[in-house]
Amino acid sequence: MIDLGALWLTIKLSLITSLILLVVGIPLAYYMAYSKSPFALILEVITTLPLVLPPTVLGFYLLILFSRNSPLGSLLENLLGLRLLFTFEGLVVASVIYSLPMMTHPLISGYRSVPKNLIEASWTLGKSKLETLIRVILPNMKSSILVGLVLSFTHTLGEFGVVLMVGGNIEGQTRVASIVIYNAVEAIDYKTAHIYSAALLLLSFFSLVALYLINRRWFL
Amino acid sequence: MLFLLTLLVFFTFVKAEVIRVFAAADLQYALREIAELYMKKYPEDKVELIFGSSGKGYAQIKAGAPYHVFFSADMKYVESLYKEGYALKEPKPYAIGRIVVWVRRDSGLDPSQFPQVLFDKRVRKIAIANWEHAPYGRAAKEALESYGLFDKVKDRFVLGENIAQTASYITSGAAEIGFIALSLTKSPKLEKMGRYWLIPEDKHKRIVQGYTITKEGKNVDRFYQFVESSEARKVFVKYGFVLPGEKP
Repeated sequence: MIDLGALWLTIKLSLITSLILLVVGIPLAYYMAYSKSPFALILEVITTLPLVLPPTVLGFYLLILFSRNSPLGSLLENLLGLRLLFTFEGLVVASVIYSLPMMTHPLISGYRSVPKNLIEASWTLGKSKLETLIRVILPNMKSSILVGLVLSFTHTLGEFGVVLMVGGNIEGQTRVASIVIYNAVEAIDYKTAHIYSAALLLLSFFSLVALYLINRRWFL
Repeated sequence: MLFLLTLLVFFTFVKAEVIRVFAAADLQYALREIAELYMKKYPEDKVELIFGSSGKGYAQIKAGAPYHVFFSADMKYVESLYKEGYALKEPKPYAIGRIVVWVRRDSGLDPSQFPQVLFDKRVRKIAIANWEHAPYGRAAKEALESYGLFDKVKDRFVLGENIAQTASYITSGAAEIGFIALSLTKSPKLEKMGRYWLIPEDKHKRIVQGYTITKEGKNVDRFYQFVESSEARKVFVKYGFVLPGEKP
């Protein structure tokens, strides 16, 4: 019998991460897409960094940041009793940072693809910025939102380097699928490695299939 | 945000009472068996095992990892933890490890021809654990040095992060020969697959392995003591460990 607990944990982590990213990404990408201030440009660079940075570098900085000896780590622990190192909560925070560009990139291009005159028409008709966003802009970039959700979901599924640094391989907390595969290969347990690898492959494949199917139908 | 907070509360709430053990990778099979014996005897306890290099366990425990019991492959790491206030119990040796030269049977190599076998032309890569944080790697390095060969073969090394990974380099064919723990070769899988030659113990410092209860470990005394029971000792012996205070 192969324990599939780590697979559910991975799916749970990916789901929570992509939902948080959606909530964080919509206002963040809105600012980056429409603001002309130089700060928006810098922000765009910073939020893209996790895409090009080796995950171990990101993991190393998070390890230091999350540590109980760091100001943030001790503040969180003393104030909220929240530990980020070697916990599921910590993995959620790490994954949100790690997968951030997977959400913001599609959203930014989505925002920029919405015709400017549509937005201005809504403003002239007296709608507030928030109402324009909810009623006009977001419905016109549904496919970008979907792309962001699916990409951040699948990207988090395969997260490895960051988890290795800040997760610590704890059952039910931080032992995600990619860690199980790594351990199984080490223990020469190729059966487990095969099952988990196939599960991740299929999950990623069908997430993308679903994405492309829905996108096509929307444009037809 | 409220959703996230609810989740956080939920996760802290459902954490079950478990005995979380970080162990040196040479215990991969032996400790699994001991944990099963223990859980059969005390079904109300759940033992979770995490394997890695001793150096990694040491670093993670210092960083606040929630491990309750730590089995190092040497005494150094457990003693440092104790001195620095990260361990509750004074470290105790539980076993003495041995290193072997190991090859796959189908490689046609004869490990008992060590050290000449290292220069067989079929040997392209030699697997060894990283001696910076893996005690078995350190012992292998000392052995090679006492034969005066370390500098002659080091160009062909592939370094494993821990001793189990080092073994997997040989089983997967990435390296033709390597230095691994005797305890790993006694597992059913590796026993069938390969041949070993025991490196004489006078070629390296003794690998005295120690364990302790970390600062996080409450109510784990029963497991801590079980490791010294006759049932557990039988398992250690089966996997080729020499017990403290006993002659090999």
